[in-house]
Amino acid sequence: MKIVFSTSGADLDAPLDSRFGRAAKFLVYDTETDTFTVVVNLQNLNAAQGAGIQSAQTVAASGAQVLVTGHCGPKAFRVLKAAGIDVYTSDAPTVAAALTLYREGKLKKSLDADVEGHWA
Amino acid sequence: MIVAVASGKGGTGKTTVAANLARVSGAALLDCDVEEPNAHLFLKGERRGEPETVSLLVPEVDEALCDGCGECGRFCEFQALAVLGKRVLVFAELCHGCGGCLRVCPRGALREVPKRIGVVETLKADAVTLIQGRLDVGVAMAPPLIRAVKAKLPQEGDAILDAPPGTSCPVVATLRETDYVVLVTEPTPFGLNDLKLAVAVVRELKVPFGVVVNRAGSGDGRTWEFCREEWIPVLAEIPDDRKIAEVYSRGEMIVDRLPAYRNLINTLWLKIKGSHD
Repeated sequence: MKIVFSTSGADLDAPLDSRFGRAAKFLVYDTETDTFTVVVNLQNLNAAQGAGIQSAQTVAASGAQVLVTGHCGPKAFRVLKAAGIDVYTSDAPTVAAALTLYREGKLKKSLDADVEGHWA
Repeated sequence: MIVAVASGKGGTGKTTVAANLARVSGAALLDCDVEEPNAHLFLKGERRGEPETVSLLVPEVDEALCDGCGECGRFCEFQALAVLGKRVLVFAELCHGCGGCLRVCPRGALREVPKRIGVVETLKADAVTLIQGRLDVGVAMAPPLIRAVKAKLPQEGDAILDAPPGTSCPVVATLRETDYVVLVTEPTPFGLNDLKLAVAVVRELKVPFGVVVNRAGSGDGRTWEFCREEWIPVLAEIPDDRKIAEVYSRGEMIVDRLPAYRNLINTLWLKIKGSHD
C-alpha cells in the first residue's frame, strides 16, 4: 500500500509540511517494499487558486490509498474522498515520525476537512 | 464620455471624487466596487425597480454521457473541474464561466447552469442615476458582476465609474473600454507605491489618464516628482482639510456642504472633459 506525506524536503527525515495543497513536495511511501519516491508540487505552491484540488488529484494519480498531512481543506477533502483516499492529520515533526505514528495506529482518520477553504 | 475613477491604494478618496464629479456634472455614476459598493451612502438615492439578479453559467456533468476522458479538467485554468477516473467533480465557486469545458468535451456531457453571484440595482438621486452591483457574500468572482453593471451604461451622455481599489482583475474589468481614467492618490509612500502600480495597469490598457492628489499637504513631494518625471498631468489637489473629513464622515458631499471646494471639483470635471476633445 502507498502512503503520501506532504513535506518540504525529499527524504524521511524531512519535515512533515502542515499544509497540504501548497506543500512543496509529496513523499510517496510504499509499505510493501519500504521504498519511496518524491513528487514535486511546485505548480501548486504558486497556484492562484485550486491548489488543494490539484494536489489531491496528484495524490490520487500516485496510486496512494492514504494521505498523512498537517491540515486538509474542504475542496481537497472532497476530491480525496471521491478518490477513496483516507486522510490522516498529524503534527509530527518529520515524515519518519508520522510514518511511525501511522504504523502504530496512533493517527486519527479525518471524517471531514479540518480547516476552512481560502476561497469560499 | 466614460470616466473611471481608480487608485492603487484603497481609501485614497475614489468614491469622494466620483460622487462629487457626478453631482456637479449630472453624469451617471456606476459603482463598480461590487464587493463593497458605497457611493449610495453619499448620493442617498431612491431605488428604481427591483434589483436584477446576475448569474454566472457554470458547468454541470451528465454522468450518463461522461466517459471520464479528463479533457475538461485539463482545460480549466482554475481547477473548477477535477476528474478522477470516471467521476467529474465541479467546484462552481472557482468557475469563471468561460464555457471552455463545454467546447472541449468530446461527448457533449457538460451543460451550463446559472449560479447566482449578485445583483445590479438602479437608484435615482436628484439628477444623478446611480447603478451599483452588489456581490453576494462568499462569492469571489467580481469581474462578471462588474461587466453586468457596465452593461447598464447609458447610451448617451457621460458616465463615471467608481472602480475597486488595487490593480487586479476587478480593476481591469472596470477600466476596460473607458475613455479616461482618474487615478486618485495620497502623497504618502504607500500612496505613491500603489500609484505606480496603477499607472502601469492603465498604460497597459492604453487609456489616457491623470492624477488627483487627495489630502495634499500630508506626506511629501515625491508624488509630484513622479508625475513630473513620467509626464502625468496632476488634474487637481484636494487639500488635507479636516472640514472635508467631517463632511465625509457624515456621508455628505463636498460640493453640497463646502462651497469653497465646488470650483475645484468643477474645474476637475472640465479638465477631464477637455482631455477628450
